[in-house]
Amino acid sequence: MQFGIFSVGDVTPDPTTGRTPTEHERIKAMVAIAQKAEEVGLDVFATGEHHNPPFVPSSPTTMLGYIAARTQRLILSTSTTLITTDDPVKIAEDFAMLQHLADGRVDLMLGRGNTGPVYPWFGKDIRDAIPLTVENYQLLHRLWTEDVVDWEGKFRTPLHSFTSTPRPLDGVPPFVWHGAIRTPEIAEIAAFYGDGFFANHIFWPAVHTQRMVELYRRRFEHYGHGSADQAIVGLGGQVFMRRNSQDAVREFRPYFDVAPVYGHGPSLEDFTAQTPLTVGSPQQVIERTLGFRQYVGDYQRQLFLVDHAGLPLKTVLEQLDMLGEEVVPVLRKEFAVGRPAHVPDAPTFESRRAALRAGSAVSGTPGDAAAPQAVTAGEGR
Amino acid sequence: MADRAVAVLTAGMRQPSSTALLAERLADATVRELTARGKSADLVTVELRPHAKALADAIVTGFPSPALAEVIEAVSGADGLIAVTPTFAASYAGLFKSFFDVLDRDALAGMPVLLAATGGSARHSLVIEYAMRPLLSYFRSVIVPTGVFAATEDFGDGPGVARLAARIDRAATELAELVATGTRRSAADPFAEPPSFADLLGDGGSQA
Repeated sequence: MQFGIFSVGDVTPDPTTGRTPTEHERIKAMVAIAQKAEEVGLDVFATGEHHNPPFVPSSPTTMLGYIAARTQRLILSTSTTLITTDDPVKIAEDFAMLQHLADGRVDLMLGRGNTGPVYPWFGKDIRDAIPLTVENYQLLHRLWTEDVVDWEGKFRTPLHSFTSTPRPLDGVPPFVWHGAIRTPEIAEIAAFYGDGFFANHIFWPAVHTQRMVELYRRRFEHYGHGSADQAIVGLGGQVFMRRNSQDAVREFRPYFDVAPVYGHGPSLEDFTAQTPLTVGSPQQVIERTLGFRQYVGDYQRQLFLVDHAGLPLKTVLEQLDMLGEEVVPVLRKEFAVGRPAHVPDAPTFESRRAALRAGSAVSGTPGDAAAPQAVTAGEGR
Repeated sequence: MADRAVAVLTAGMRQPSSTALLAERLADATVRELTARGKSADLVTVELRPHAKALADAIVTGFPSPALAEVIEAVSGADGLIAVTPTFAASYAGLFKSFFDVLDRDALAGMPVLLAATGGSARHSLVIEYAMRPLLSYFRSVIVPTGVFAATEDFGDGPGVARLAARIDRAATELAELVATGTRRSAADPFAEPPSFADLLGDGGSQA
């Protein structure tokens, strides 16, 4: 099982000091956080993508390329890459380039974003969010799996005799996760392609995650990628830790109370009860996280949000120390207990390359049970 | 379990509340008319005031607390709705609107709804037509023609008293007729019958 962190990349004033970091400071902090993640033994760093203040990460592959050069082992990912408004050709190119520079340590999570005006800013219509997701991903998939693509669609200039370069490293496209909170169409797309499904999980009651994962697993099996419990599931989580849980609550409350997204709303106590947010001791984080398995089954990737709401870099790095030293080692051990042998690990570049060379289907191959018209359309006459 | 469930939603602020009083009379009349049509009825009475904080939280976070979720489920699952608000600043009360702001847009589709409001004087009575009716139209509810507005004086002994009683009876009869004959089913569960990928292609229409 993989463990890591995902960052929204928000520039938020520290409510305890009133100080707002500069964009430069925040960007450098994200890099420091990613490096620290590797140093403490985590597996994954993922950055969001945003195109408006107060967020800095508009150019994820630039940031991840830089981090790639300063790390050796860390898998670089996104949370999420905007499949609705980004050009799928540019996604194909950028992530293939990143994959070469990072020697394969790259995957990505596709999502639709949550900022309405991004659609018109990028020349799209928000009412087309799902159709854009479907069409753009079909094209992205083909650009990575076919050397020469002839393609015509509804939302983009046609492509004739087009080859996306560089080609994916060793012919292995980056593994794709599809991220969502509660949109069943996204679970369906992930299942159809045999890709991973990432339930955002945080900021919302777990019932959404449970229903989405159940649907994804059921459809994954329907499309012939394996049994439902072999589907590739990732989950978000949100934690703040101190040795004593009272200290954690005392220190995090001022950040919680005015945080973007949920601040000025429910109490910290209500929100921790109603969503996966855990504020307490490392042991409490361990117990809560192990509990996720009860409603999603054995899963492959756990990402934590630890760096938002204006928390200072020093505090975030302390969180990572606790995650790496006290939490994740126990989670690795405990999640392995009772895990059936046929439940796969999260796909990596190496495992997918080995599967490709062995001639077996790699995850990310559209389903056998797909409706005929789907296959036809996928071939893009 | 009765044949029909009728939700009664009130946004009165004070105790006792003339809004709750009006709602009670409408509910009683509706049950009476349903009984006359051979249908027993359960009333699901929801006063919004105790949920005011939870509604504000749900607006901020995007999801309801467990207690509020139960209320939403009860109202969404009813066979008919009696919705009553006081008139504030020429419209429905903000508390009343807050409840509708946290509903899924399909939650009340096809549901027979009786609209009613209270206010200091009959000068406010068009609040039903100009504010409440468009709101419930957005939810694609089936709104009965008669809206019931009660001014403070209608609870006294003036000529309005008998007219209010007649109006309550007429509106309740209209609602009971729809609820008794209706076969409303709640909105489809998108997870029970999810859109297939082939459906998505049809939607997306990437190929001409």
